Amino acid sequence: MKTGHGRETMKIEVRNLSKRFGPVEAVSNVTFGVREGELLGLLGPSGSGKTTVLRIIAGLETPTSGDIFIDGVRVNELSVQQRNIGFVFQHYALFKHMTVFANVAFGLTVKKWSRPDIKQRVEDLLQLMGLERMGDRYPHQLSGGQRQRVAIARALAPRPSVLLLDEPFGAVDAQVRQELREWLIRLHDDLDVTSLFVTHDQEEAMEVSDRLIVFAKGRLEQVGSPAEVYEEPATEFVARFIGSMNILDAEVKSGVARVGTLEFPAPQFQDGHHVHIGFRPYYVKVSDDATRFRQQARLRHVYFLGVSYRLEIETDTGLILRSRMNKEEFRQCRFEVGRPVSYAITHFRILPQESSPQAMPHVPLAGPFTP
Amino acid sequence: MARRLLIGLVWLYFMGLLVGPIGYLCVQAFEGGAAAFWHEITRPEALHGFSLTIQITAIVLVVNVIFGTITALVLVRQRFMGQTIMSGLIDLPFAVSPVITGFMLILLFGPGTILGTFFGEADIKVLYALPAMILVTLFVTFPFVVRELTPVLQTIGTDSEEAARTLGASEWVVFLKVTLPAIRWGVIYGATLTVARSIGEFGAILVVSGNVLMLTQTATMHIYQSYVDFNYLGAYAVAVALLAVSFLILIVLELAKTRVTAVARVGAAS
Repeated sequence: MKTGHGRETMKIEVRNLSKRFGPVEAVSNVTFGVREGELLGLLGPSGSGKTTVLRIIAGLETPTSGDIFIDGVRVNELSVQQRNIGFVFQHYALFKHMTVFANVAFGLTVKKWSRPDIKQRVEDLLQLMGLERMGDRYPHQLSGGQRQRVAIARALAPRPSVLLLDEPFGAVDAQVRQELREWLIRLHDDLDVTSLFVTHDQEEAMEVSDRLIVFAKGRLEQVGSPAEVYEEPATEFVARFIGSMNILDAEVKSGVARVGTLEFPAPQFQDGHHVHIGFRPYYVKVSDDATRFRQQARLRHVYFLGVSYRLEIETDTGLILRSRMNKEEFRQCRFEVGRPVSYAITHFRILPQESSPQAMPHVPLAGPFTP
Repeated sequence: MARRLLIGLVWLYFMGLLVGPIGYLCVQAFEGGAAAFWHEITRPEALHGFSLTIQITAIVLVVNVIFGTITALVLVRQRFMGQTIMSGLIDLPFAVSPVITGFMLILLFGPGTILGTFFGEADIKVLYALPAMILVTLFVTFPFVVRELTPVLQTIGTDSEEAARTLGASEWVVFLKVTLPAIRWGVIYGATLTVARSIGEFGAILVVSGNVLMLTQTATMHIYQSYVDFNYLGAYAVAVALLAVSFLILIVLELAKTRVTAVARVGAAS
């Protein structure tokens, strides 16, 4: 995967990083950079190695091989205490026997700040976090969202050069999570501290990140802006993991990949080559008028999703495809489950085949979808 | 009806086994009046016994709390060879009779052995002296602190310790400011059990002390000695004094226990 972003200065650089736990390679040969002031998301399913990468950057874990640079300085030999990073743990990891004030002040006390300076800094941070009157409380007296903010305040207090967050919203319930996400984006805009966060929630990653890095099985799959990753998935894994995607298996013949009656131009591939064709549900246009589009199918299911509808159609050749349309489009048609419809695919991508054949699930026609 | 019978049975068992003997002991101890009681617990042999018991308990307490905490930390937080074996052997003192413990020490430090010769030449008296009495008490009380701390350490996890490190805290500060406060009630519970056992230990000490009057007689041994010397009042009086200490310990234990479970609950909830 390409990660070189010109000569611009990188706040954090990870080079050829690998980490083994016994026989398991949790991280294999990962290289990427985090730009100054950026909010970067590390996205991947659980067990994909993203948290390990974060912990190695922090110095909480030692890499098997590879280098970490912060502000251009190689920090491999520096202990976690010397790296000047702020780390926010998934389950807050607040000091339960200390008040909110003492929690936030901890890093400053350790660094021997003067008492008035500590008081000033902690009060400023508590105000910034909307925790003004919470200084005397103990962690168990706070809500999940408040604890999370205390954890962030504590990490920010000693003015770290970078902020690392491990599943920052993993432990709060869905309603608070949305609020916290928006709050984190605003906070990041205000503070301008380079931040790297880990998440398994693709929606969260897309919403919060300036750029994101997709991980799978310890390898880096793609680096890019949320829009790039969504619209131009670099690998089949990314296509399946981010959003919902129809994936078809096709064979190329004279520059065209054919699946049943569907034809996808694929001039760059030779005859007999197997490719995967991917297209998002909203690129599948469906009409109740059987003559509107060239391709014919039968409507199998209609799912109401609130702001939109998802349609499941079965083509004449037995493919099952997913389509998505908004309410207006849906109301213009008179859909009835079981009736014939016509459809067209307006946009598609040819996904690179994964190198190892056994790594690819061999689903014959219509691919399964990410939830 | 059956329920009442059952409750009655439990009451009878409880009274007959616990309250009865204790009550009767107290009555007996004060049979000669408060003055006689006072006389018995302040006679030189008794005072010497108390003093010796306190010395042993104090030293064992300090050593056991320090090494018990270190052992628990290493067992829970480190991965090393022989860990499972060590973890399994920690409870050994529970299974070994104190008398056997005493004999093991005699075998180890006897006049013919390497250790015995070594200390003999250095003119340090181990057997039939304070060092041996401390050693057997340490052996007997070894599991208390470790066993109390391992589950607490597992529950609290390492997150807050790691958080402290990312904030720049040295290992010593992490231990003092983060780990220790989180496990303190476990330490107190283990320490209290250690004190209770140290004060009450008899068998192992009897074997290694030689039971020398005014020299190696602890409080429990003084009770035994008084009893075989037909000084029943002396035996009862000192026994009641020790019993009073036991009650104090019981109160601390109850207090510590609620805090330990509170830590476990808070730890599990977050």
